[in-house]
Amino acid sequence: MVNAWKVVREIARGAAITSRHFFVNMTFHTLRLFGVKTKRRGAVTIQYPEVRKELSPRHRSLHRLRPREDGRPSCVACMLCVTVCPSECISVEAAEDPDPEIQKVPARFVIDLSRCCFCGFCVEACPVDAIRMDTGEIRLAATERSALELPLDKP
Amino acid sequence: MVADVLIILVKVVLTLMWTLLLALFLTWVERKQSAVMQDRIGANRASVFGLRLFGLFQPFADAIKMLFKEDFTPSFAQRTLHWLAPMFSFFFVAVTMVAVPFGDTVRLFGRRIPLQVVDLNAALLFVLAMLSLGIYGILISGWASSNRFALIGSLRGAAQLISTEVALGLSLVGLVMVFPSLSLARIVEFQGGLLFGVLPKWGIFLQPLGFVVFYLAGMAETKRVPFDMPEGESEIIGFYTEYGGLKFGLFMFTDFLEVIVLSALATTLFFGGWQVPWLGDGGFVFPWGAGIKVAPWGVTVLRVLSFNSKVLFFCWLQILTRWTYPRFRYDQVMDLGWKVLVPLGVVNILATGLVLAAR
Repeated sequence: MVNAWKVVREIARGAAITSRHFFVNMTFHTLRLFGVKTKRRGAVTIQYPEVRKELSPRHRSLHRLRPREDGRPSCVACMLCVTVCPSECISVEAAEDPDPEIQKVPARFVIDLSRCCFCGFCVEACPVDAIRMDTGEIRLAATERSALELPLDKP
Repeated sequence: MVADVLIILVKVVLTLMWTLLLALFLTWVERKQSAVMQDRIGANRASVFGLRLFGLFQPFADAIKMLFKEDFTPSFAQRTLHWLAPMFSFFFVAVTMVAVPFGDTVRLFGRRIPLQVVDLNAALLFVLAMLSLGIYGILISGWASSNRFALIGSLRGAAQLISTEVALGLSLVGLVMVFPSLSLARIVEFQGGLLFGVLPKWGIFLQPLGFVVFYLAGMAETKRVPFDMPEGESEIIGFYTEYGGLKFGLFMFTDFLEVIVLSALATTLFFGGWQVPWLGDGGFVFPWGAGIKVAPWGVTVLRVLSFNSKVLFFCWLQILTRWTYPRFRYDQVMDLGWKVLVPLGVVNILATGLVLAAR
């Protein structure tokens, strides 16, 4: 008998919790619908494509090559990022640079985004701080494979 | 004669439309209500020309999606039965609505038209019989799928529905003893009186235990989440595994129809149907002596609104239940059916009989 009473009480408690959420949220939804400003919202949902949550400053998003003052990429084609990349998605072809201070530039710097695992090792490995993952771009979906090849040497 | 047939036809069409539209929008209500209960927003993207209306077009989008899916029958299934099963399960639930009174009578063109498709004199038995026949939809779908898992699922469903059907029948015996009629229209009329001169004479006040048993057994009858043993859409394989597209949609739709039927029955039998508390044919007469005059058409509108709002409340309550409680274990469903609800139903009959005899 005691057990049955406990069951009934717990059932009622569960219904009370969910209906409390329902009525409280409905109140805030209704107030907002009629233009009343409330501190709380009826839902915690962020309506993604229209509303964006701010990314953490450490967030690793789409790669970029930091440019020099003259606009050319600051990469020196040392191949350290290619070596360290665990998913082997970076391919760099070096070329000679007329400036003897620089010596090498990438003729081709392509990242295969379909392979990239966004570990950020390339950023860590770069001796001249050329590659960075701070663009904040996280919408990387594409309808064909070729669109996932990111040529970073083109400015 | 022709006019009578026409009236019946119009009433059938209106009742069907009411039921189907309500079921269609219950899919939306279920998604939105569960979302609000869980601090989410729910379906709000479906739009017509940029008009979103809180995602109110979502049911139509879902229906169109279902329509354009392939009407697939597995090669190993038994074609005719496989095609027939969803119709069975849909038809027997939808047909119960003909016995439900939506309001009292209206006077139109010098005729008195009861707002009920047919006033069967054994409506209660008819409703119970039709709900029982719904089991065949489940059994046939499992059998025709020629899939062992589907068959086991349908057997689980049959076992669950039979064990709760007994309790469902028993819970209504007490009600029939109090309101001596099997016709739903008569039962609603009986509930128009007053209890102790104050309370409306609704079934819930005369048969509280009967209502609890009825509601629990009815919830089990709808095969929705706390009792979704036959189907178990999240992990166990249910009886409509081999169905897709519109036929699957029909099974899903049946669940919502059952929610409506249970709501309509609970309203009609235990919450006064179309009765508004203290509203007579001439207007409100309150127990403390005051009164408000209401025109006859106003009375009819109020009564129809009363029925509809009670039905909507029960739909809300069932969706709340569905999104609050986890599923029962199989043996717990059986225990609830045979060891709790059936004895409680018998106790209810005995208590009702004792009270009636002592009076």
